[in-house]
Amino acid sequence: MEGDIVQMGAYIGAGLACTGMGGAALGVGHVAGNFLAGALRNPSAAGGQTATLFIGIAFAEALGIFSFLVALLLMFAV
Amino acid sequence: MATEAQGAAEGGLVFHPMDQFMVKPLFGDGAVGIFTLTNVTFWMALTVLAIFGLLVLGTSGRATIPTRTQSIAELAYDFIRKMVEDVAGKDGLVFFPYIMTLFLFILFANILGLLPMAFTTTSHIAVTAVLAMLVFLTVTIVGFVKNGAGFLGLFWVSSAPLPLRPILALIEVISYFVRPVSHSIRLAGNMMAGHAVIKVFAAFAPMIVISTGIGLVVTPLSILAISTIYALEVLVACIQAYVFTILTCVYLKDALHPHH
Repeated sequence: MEGDIVQMGAYIGAGLACTGMGGAALGVGHVAGNFLAGALRNPSAAGGQTATLFIGIAFAEALGIFSFLVALLLMFAV
Repeated sequence: MATEAQGAAEGGLVFHPMDQFMVKPLFGDGAVGIFTLTNVTFWMALTVLAIFGLLVLGTSGRATIPTRTQSIAELAYDFIRKMVEDVAGKDGLVFFPYIMTLFLFILFANILGLLPMAFTTTSHIAVTAVLAMLVFLTVTIVGFVKNGAGFLGLFWVSSAPLPLRPILALIEVISYFVRPVSHSIRLAGNMMAGHAVIKVFAAFAPMIVISTGIGLVVTPLSILAISTIYALEVLVACIQAYVFTILTCVYLKDALHPHH
């Protein structure tokens, strides 16, 4: 085991940043689940809303990707 | 950052999962300059050639009853045209060629990047940031040209109570300028993450050679995981191209009709 404390901090930080992805997972699941719940109640209106579904998923997912990016920056750029 | 020799000596990964994203010159081992032919430019050229093959060669017959290639090209055209019309409105159709170009380039770059040994051009933030900045600049310029100072009404939510409006304006301004960042990082991050995950499992796959005991379990599992994630990646490649273009349409709608 060798290396300095800065590197250790970077690795721990990268690991912690990955917990942010759990939040994104919750968000995406929430969007998709609510879409399905709504779609089953009114299936005729569901087809026109798939674009909205994907926009919602994209916005929720972007924040998870940000935490992934922070992890990558800590691993490779710090 | 684990180097190759260090990883092999400790019994870890023999190759680094991020190695696949390295930009290398096509010929020789020289430094990469602005005009060097690299694997990025090679796969970008292949992307453009593939689009050319589908759209120009595929539809050159102009058959009334389309061939399979021609109907794929027509489906893509109809799909994007309908999306622009639905999301950005009738006056957004001026930008249809631009949005069609964006969609096809990203879709083909994503799908070509899934070929084994291929290089995913869209996994680099440098590539997607240029695409996203162009969208951002287009939207901003179009917004000011079409509406003049009225474009600033986008930030002034007139349906909200008056004391709340300055705070909302601040939030709207921040979210407006974060758009190119999230727009580009979403695409690059999704592509990069999926390919890195495949590579991580690929590093576990030859475990059966290293230690047969644990390898009998790990190797089939990781090969199964690679296949499953690959299938997911095909889906993600298409969805991310779709998401990038539909967000472009949403931003264009803001520029053309800025009032809430």
